[in-house]
Amino acid sequence: MSNETKQILTTDGIPLEISLKKAERKNKIKAFLLVAPLLLFLIITYIFPIGEMFTRSIDDKMITNMLPKTFKSMETWDGKELPSEEVFASFLSDFKILVDKKEHGKLAQRLNKEKNGFNTITKKLFRQVKRNKIDETQSIKEQIMKVHKRWRNVEYWQAIKRTAPPYTSAKYLKAMDMYLNEDNKITQVSEDRRIHRILWLRTVEVAFFVTVFCFLMGYPIAHLLATLPMKYSNLLMICVLLPFWTSLLVRTASWMILLQQQGVVNDFFVIIGLVSDDNRPEMMYNKVGTYVAMTQILLPFMVLPLYSVMKTISPSLMRAGKSLGGTPFVAFWKVYFPLTIPGIGAGCLLVFILAIGYYITPALVGGASGTLISNQIAYHMKTTLDWSFASAMGLMLLGGVLVIYWLYNKLVGVDNIKLG
Amino acid sequence: MALPKYTETRYRIWHYFYIAICTFVFIFLIAPLFVIFPLSFNAEEFLVFSEGMKNLDPDAFSLRWYKDMVYGTKNPWGLAAKNSFIIAIFATLGSVILGTVAALGLSSRHMPFKGIIMATLISPMIVPLIISGVAIFFFMAKAGLAATHTGIVLAHIILGTPFVVITVTATLSGFDHSVTRAAASLGSNPVNTFMKVTLPLILPGVISGGLFAFVTSFDEVVVVLFLAGLENTTIPIQMWTGLREQLSPTILAVATCLIVLSTLILISAELLRRRSERLRGINR
Repeated sequence: MSNETKQILTTDGIPLEISLKKAERKNKIKAFLLVAPLLLFLIITYIFPIGEMFTRSIDDKMITNMLPKTFKSMETWDGKELPSEEVFASFLSDFKILVDKKEHGKLAQRLNKEKNGFNTITKKLFRQVKRNKIDETQSIKEQIMKVHKRWRNVEYWQAIKRTAPPYTSAKYLKAMDMYLNEDNKITQVSEDRRIHRILWLRTVEVAFFVTVFCFLMGYPIAHLLATLPMKYSNLLMICVLLPFWTSLLVRTASWMILLQQQGVVNDFFVIIGLVSDDNRPEMMYNKVGTYVAMTQILLPFMVLPLYSVMKTISPSLMRAGKSLGGTPFVAFWKVYFPLTIPGIGAGCLLVFILAIGYYITPALVGGASGTLISNQIAYHMKTTLDWSFASAMGLMLLGGVLVIYWLYNKLVGVDNIKLG
Repeated sequence: MALPKYTETRYRIWHYFYIAICTFVFIFLIAPLFVIFPLSFNAEEFLVFSEGMKNLDPDAFSLRWYKDMVYGTKNPWGLAAKNSFIIAIFATLGSVILGTVAALGLSSRHMPFKGIIMATLISPMIVPLIISGVAIFFFMAKAGLAATHTGIVLAHIILGTPFVVITVTATLSGFDHSVTRAAASLGSNPVNTFMKVTLPLILPGVISGGLFAFVTSFDEVVVVLFLAGLENTTIPIQMWTGLREQLSPTILAVATCLIVLSTLILISAELLRRRSERLRGINR
């Protein structure tokens, strides 16, 4: 067999197999070269920076570089009683370098995050150093301990030691309202300061309910669009596509007008007698506003995949189901509905993922209850400039989205996402 | 949707209920856009329908807010519109070129690692925008491109290419590759073949991908909020700040203009879609 294949030669006298492989490889390289520019561009400007978010979120090198000698001499310290003279001496020498570089403030800030009270005692120490009050020929330990009573407290030295590793999981714990306590155990922050967990839950809740509402409203109209004759359905399709192409902020603005207390929706409720004129319900700056506006904004993303799946289902299937004795409901439930599951999956996935990263609309119409995790990320990026914390929360969100994507792939299989 | 005569009463009721639900949803979808129109011609400063407007009194309507949008002192809309268009046009060009070329490679049956590469290329569409925003901001800050037009254009290329890749690969899936071989056998070089044979055939897909990219860029606010400085303000940024501070009728005038623009885009997208379906021989 192998002899025979070897005998087939091309006109150049090269065996066909080799020649074919060569051509194949050439084609592969050609195809790859076409994709390469975009792939490279995305890897450099997008994929790498997402990776950088990770290193940034666990990075704690700043203080490791600030106190190199201290951490070196602390290696032998057991952390139970006050450290030795050597540790104090190396701490002072590190500190003096920081004072020269005017970076002692940063150190105080970082240490204060680890344990409250460092700000004051670092400032006190700074003043002593500035005035050259510390005599290096005598015991440095005694002198530092005299600066403030907290320098005599072993807990503060333990806190310094805890900051030694160049990496930290603190940002991730903080995003879950937890922290590492003195014994390196994960502890919850006190009840009144658990803000992030509320935000995570609220984000998931909003995304979930918006997906449910979109499904409940999108399914009937997608069905209608798919079953109506072309000339009517094309006209109705405009109702779906026009919002789809319209700016998100325009749609949010119109909901702000509709839902305000003197707005059209409230006017309508008063006219039909649902509410009295002087008792108009507040529909904006609460969850009602968020749900209504987000559902309308994301509804096209549910309708379009559903429609494209329903369009391929032959109407004769329903007729067959009915002719075999099923009532219209049974025929729908047993024949039509299972066939639309890929569309439902695609629509729900799309809406949920879009909703979970949303923050423009909730921030504008949701009031205080419209703060979602994305708002928090934006807030830390722009206002507090705690970029590592923002990165940590962003990656946690991304992890959640990827898990959903994976689940979807397992349950439904990634269909081509169709865009209408 | 007429029901056959033999339909039982309960299915008849159910049918009308279904029609009623659909009508409600369609109104829910489209009505918000129409509220903005009349209010943007309001002569007064309040964002409610005045008595005069309800009685169709001509004095209650005016072009005041449109004038304010165009000529208003210290109004940012002119600069914002200019920036928005410049950024969107360059971002669209970039997305279309990079995306189309990549789609050509992706739809070749010789493409290695197709699945993972496709996933990478469309990832900006799947990753929540806020995360893309943070990541892109880190890159632009490092590259010194934050608060520049170039930076925003590059960011929008990242966000726009997935749409081009998806629409063009979809168009190419119905593409008859024998025509390019025919062109090659007639002595045309690959570039010439692409320009004269392939491109005209996939053009509807390319343009509709471009429209998606344009709208993505023109409407994008999350990433721009991270990247833009005062000089790079865009229409979405101005609307965002405007809506946060105070809902002024000028915003409604801008919004009306944007709705007109999106209607135009919708019409061209629909025409293109029909043309490409006709070309692909899909007749339903």
